[in-house]
Amino acid sequence: MNLTALLRHRLFWPIAVLVVLLASNLVFSNNFFTITLQDGHLYGSLIDILRRSAPLVLVALGMTLVISTGGIDLSVGSVMAISGALACLLIGDLSNPDSVGPVLLVVGAAIALCLVFGLWNGFLVAVLGIQPIIATLILMVAGRGVAQLITDGQILNVHSAPYRVVGAGYFLAVPVSFLIAAAAVALTVAVTRRTALGLLLESVGGSPTASRLAGIRARRITIMVYVFAAAFAGVAGLIYSSDVSSADSNAAGNLIELNAILAVVIGGTALTGGRFSIAGSVLGAVIITTLDITAVSVGVPVETTLLFKAVVVIILCLAQSATFRAKVFGRFSAKRTVPA
Amino acid sequence: MIDVTSPPRTPAKKTARRVYRPNTKHIPVLATLALLIVMYSVGVYNYDGFGDTQVILNVFVDNAFLLVVAVGMTFVILTGGIDLSVGAVIALTTTVAATLLNAGWPAGVVLPVALLIGTVLGFGMGAVIHFFKVEPFIATLAGMFLARGLSLLINRNSIPITNDFWTQMAQKRFRFDDGVFISLNVVIAVVVVVIAAVVLAWTRFGRNVYAIGGNADSALLMGLPVGRTRIAVYTLSGFCASLGGVLYSFYTSSGYSLHGQGLELDAIAAVVIGGVLLTGGSGYVLGTVLGVLVLGLIQTIITFQGDLNSWWTRIVVGILLFAFIVLQRLVTRKAK
Repeated sequence: MNLTALLRHRLFWPIAVLVVLLASNLVFSNNFFTITLQDGHLYGSLIDILRRSAPLVLVALGMTLVISTGGIDLSVGSVMAISGALACLLIGDLSNPDSVGPVLLVVGAAIALCLVFGLWNGFLVAVLGIQPIIATLILMVAGRGVAQLITDGQILNVHSAPYRVVGAGYFLAVPVSFLIAAAAVALTVAVTRRTALGLLLESVGGSPTASRLAGIRARRITIMVYVFAAAFAGVAGLIYSSDVSSADSNAAGNLIELNAILAVVIGGTALTGGRFSIAGSVLGAVIITTLDITAVSVGVPVETTLLFKAVVVIILCLAQSATFRAKVFGRFSAKRTVPA
Repeated sequence: MIDVTSPPRTPAKKTARRVYRPNTKHIPVLATLALLIVMYSVGVYNYDGFGDTQVILNVFVDNAFLLVVAVGMTFVILTGGIDLSVGAVIALTTTVAATLLNAGWPAGVVLPVALLIGTVLGFGMGAVIHFFKVEPFIATLAGMFLARGLSLLINRNSIPITNDFWTQMAQKRFRFDDGVFISLNVVIAVVVVVIAAVVLAWTRFGRNVYAIGGNADSALLMGLPVGRTRIAVYTLSGFCASLGGVLYSFYTSSGYSLHGQGLELDAIAAVVIGGVLLTGGSGYVLGTVLGVLVLGLIQTIITFQGDLNSWWTRIVVGILLFAFIVLQRLVTRKAK
């Protein structure tokens, strides 16, 4: 592969940004890349990044599928809050919160509820034909209310060893949350790239009408992506609430929908739908988490990362805009100008 | 039986329809009005003191800033766009105003500067949306990150405002004969609403806004200044957000980088409940006013009820959003 091809590869820039971010960490803390084994757990900043990016990776995965069909899901943050709230409420009611079976049931119930919410979003978009932004806005607004209703406005604390494993546990020295995220990524890749599903998704994103005329059940596929997104968001909510051992309806998944959209855009998936890159979205999610962690290690307030994000969004959007490329780069290389 | 009666029935039905059916464009607004009346009646019937004029006026007092922001949002949504940055612009405006005032700047300078913030940001977002064909959702999302990030960079804590002019504005009350009052914020908001309604209904700019929302391509082919109007609409929304921020700093006497969180959702909800079509091209400023009143009245009822908690506001707003969006779908489907 020559240099130009490398530069033009769609994952080149995300990877470059990640490398720069990681390298800049090295300047501020010398042992940033050190990974040690303590008490049978892997420790180190890199492991921390993997562990902490798990919820965003999951949400971004679902968002990628939704965006690939030309939609968007704003309700993921609320769904996260609901799933965490329900899980913590049910675990609080268990007679023995340390037995594995009931906790598994609770986790299943929380995810099942999220599936229902996903169906609801999909129904609004695919059956009623409401714009995705607006359709999912309803659940975004109402969802946090529902989560607060479940927890009665309190922050529910839970003490359950099996539940704690989901977000803060280790399996064979590797963080469980990372394993869950990795499994979800593997599953999504397998389902979309090893079957025709990915092709169908891109086809629906390209043109729902044309896809339907070509014999694709566009409606069913659209509903399915929202169900996927809600399920992944539900798992992310469980990881989050398990990590902090409580359900906080306001903090859980706050602004995660925007971060997830940002991750997807960074990864090179166009918001217009029709094409998607799962690897790109995962990279995007890891970049955003690394950015937050870097801000802490450098010592600047975490909030200033918002500014950086704004700049990244602007640059990426301009880079993706064909008009912008034609206007700015057109005069340098007239040959490659895209006719408007 | 059916064969005999159906032919003469058809013309009669037509005239009947002309008498009873309102213009389809007005149905969502009328629905909002009906909802408002029902909610108010329920309130008056169930709670002591709900019927006081001051209760209604307080809805205005507490939501004046939201009203101003929602008016700007109405213009944007009428063109088929969306502006997610308004809440963050409020935060940035209050933070900058508070910081400058505490640094000793005169209020006469701070006020225009504060108003300029959102206007410039809105202009920038409009330009990016128009010239580079970036989705409004993404461009204003970037604007939101930018404004929120800047305000957090300036100051992460709540800054009290002690400036004389600001305090005077905050405490200014217009009292009526029977003891009821409104704040200066309400007067400003009402002026904004009236200007916006006039501009939208009777000026060339207003027509252009509707035309672009109806079909931007047709508007362009008709020779309307699509680009200029679109940029103007986001500039206007930015200005309204800044003005809303100034009103908010009057209302709370503070500047805080976390002010106005989620306010963009309230503004969008108010506009939608007010019957503005989210795809653009149809709706009225009056509808937005009704939408804001509905949101305000929900909060008032929940306060009066006492044993309901604040999260019910969100759930009810969500349900109303759903109801009105479905109503919009039905209306537009029928119109086709």
